[in-house]
Amino acid sequence: MGGKGIHIEGLKKRYGKGDTAVDALKGVDMQVEPGEVVGLVGPSGSGKSTLLKCLGAVIEPTAGRMILGNETIYDDGWKVRDLRALRRDKIGFVFQAPYLIPFLNVTDNVALLPMLAGVKNGEARKRAIELLKSLDVESRARAMPSQLSGGEQQRVAIARGLVNRPPVILADEPTAPLDSERALAVIRMLNDMARKFETAIIVVTHDEKIIPTFKRIYHIRDGVTYEEAGEGRNFT
Amino acid sequence: MISLAGRDIMHAWGKFVFTGMGLGLLIGVTLSMAGIYRGMVDDGKALLDNSGADLWVVQKDTLGPYAEPSSIYDDVWRAIRGIPGVVQTANVTYLTMQVRQGERDVRTLVTGVTAGAPGTLGWPPYLVAGRQITRGHYEAVADIATHFKLGDRLQIRRNHYTVVGLTRRMVSSGGDPMIFIPLKDAQESQFLKDNDAIRQQRRRTAENPAFNRPQVPGLLDSVIDSQSINPYVNAVLVQLEAGYNAADVADSIRRWKRLTVYTRNQMEEILIGKLIATSAKQIGMFLVILSTVSAAIVAFIIYTLTLGKIREIAVLKLIGTRNRTIAGLIMQQSIALGIIGFVVGKISATLLMAPIFPKHVLLEPLDSVMGFAAVVLICILASLIAIRAALKVDPAEAIGG
Repeated sequence: MGGKGIHIEGLKKRYGKGDTAVDALKGVDMQVEPGEVVGLVGPSGSGKSTLLKCLGAVIEPTAGRMILGNETIYDDGWKVRDLRALRRDKIGFVFQAPYLIPFLNVTDNVALLPMLAGVKNGEARKRAIELLKSLDVESRARAMPSQLSGGEQQRVAIARGLVNRPPVILADEPTAPLDSERALAVIRMLNDMARKFETAIIVVTHDEKIIPTFKRIYHIRDGVTYEEAGEGRNFT
Repeated sequence: MISLAGRDIMHAWGKFVFTGMGLGLLIGVTLSMAGIYRGMVDDGKALLDNSGADLWVVQKDTLGPYAEPSSIYDDVWRAIRGIPGVVQTANVTYLTMQVRQGERDVRTLVTGVTAGAPGTLGWPPYLVAGRQITRGHYEAVADIATHFKLGDRLQIRRNHYTVVGLTRRMVSSGGDPMIFIPLKDAQESQFLKDNDAIRQQRRRTAENPAFNRPQVPGLLDSVIDSQSINPYVNAVLVQLEAGYNAADVADSIRRWKRLTVYTRNQMEEILIGKLIATSAKQIGMFLVILSTVSAAIVAFIIYTLTLGKIREIAVLKLIGTRNRTIAGLIMQQSIALGIIGFVVGKISATLLMAPIFPKHVLLEPLDSVMGFAAVVLICILASLIAIRAALKVDPAEAIGG
């Protein structure tokens, strides 16, 4: 739970070697506190996806430091042996498309993560139902993903991201396929969940309609981040 | 933990069931091929069992009477009967031919058996209808697979026979049903010539100065008489007294009579190892081809199903699913497909293919167990390609960019 959120110092990522090397990240600094939702905004090719993959322990940075909660996970090299377990237990993911597992019902889509972490089926499902209730999709608990609307699918995906109560959630353009009203509802939900579970949430977005809702925004350009105070506009 | 494979199968059960049914028909053909081989071996053993013999005495240096032609004098049995350890002997002839009944004819093994009582070597050991042959000529006992009925009139060569009894599972090593007729009739049938041929043979004999000597009256008639009878049979069946070793008695017969003698084991070896060896190899090749095709189909289906789930697999990997869980998902689906296929295959082989197949198809439980194990093994191996593809999926694909 919570802890120190996520803290990044001088994170670098270089692809390739020699003359063909490309520096995708040139020293990213970032700090997201528990319970906070920040925006990560940047044009195509700016390094957003690379940063997200580094934060998600999917690719290895070249240099820098990452602290997740109270644990240093990267310091010029991975400090944890099992990156798969790190992703499962410490990082929540919400994608542009919900990517729910089509052959599992809503409850099991959410309960799968704790089950993978070794939580007993009953307890995992109980935890999933509680989250679905918080996100107001409990009534669709037994439905299959194909029977849900886009907004409902995204809420289930958020529940899946939160179910292991990770200190950080990485949301990759979670509102892209939604209209303004639903997009704002999703951001409101993320804010509520961040506060409730003391989770640090980084939302990667292009979406002009939700950018004014962030209190802090990181702009990324040419592999470098710039922090900016956001409007933090009220949702209602 | 949720069974991901089970949920995926239940989610797309129609796809799995119909694919499994297609695979099942292929497995059914494979099981039937194994059943045909077993049936051939069983037919060979049935032929030996039904003869009631412990030893087969045949022409020297031949593999007769089933695998090669064999011809020995029909009085040899008397001398063999006197050898210690021999309790019963009987002449026998075998002739594979088309037996006609009206407009139709049936491929059969016509067996000439000596006159005697039930239990005589060579006789059908049991009947399902009618009686055994009691007259010396023109009566027949037929296997029911010939589809002849009691009272039917059959034509073998120029003679007509009445079916007086019906028996079951009396077949040649090739699976042809047997028809039993009196030995004398069978001997005649084996060498019977048409009238023109007989007249021509008599003329040729009369024109031969060695046989037509005016100074030796009666010589020509004697020669012609000897040409019109057939004193040969194909084998002598021998039954041993309890306590005598078959190999020892066979050695005695070989030594004293200068004939070839086979024991039950040797005859089984000839039938299975030589007579049906080529068929067994052909069936073996078919089994290998069908197994390879089945494996290729399972591999292709599972690979295609896996490629259709690449995004889900990337998500599963990103959220921390272990490789063995993903490998298990694919392998379990492959095995499930194999199980569906095996059940369909077993049912189709037992209820659809075996009853209508023209040859004896023997589906043995042990073959089914081995077939099931082979299907599971093939499915496991076939899933490896898909598993390899799944494990190569980069979890970063779920993030995009």
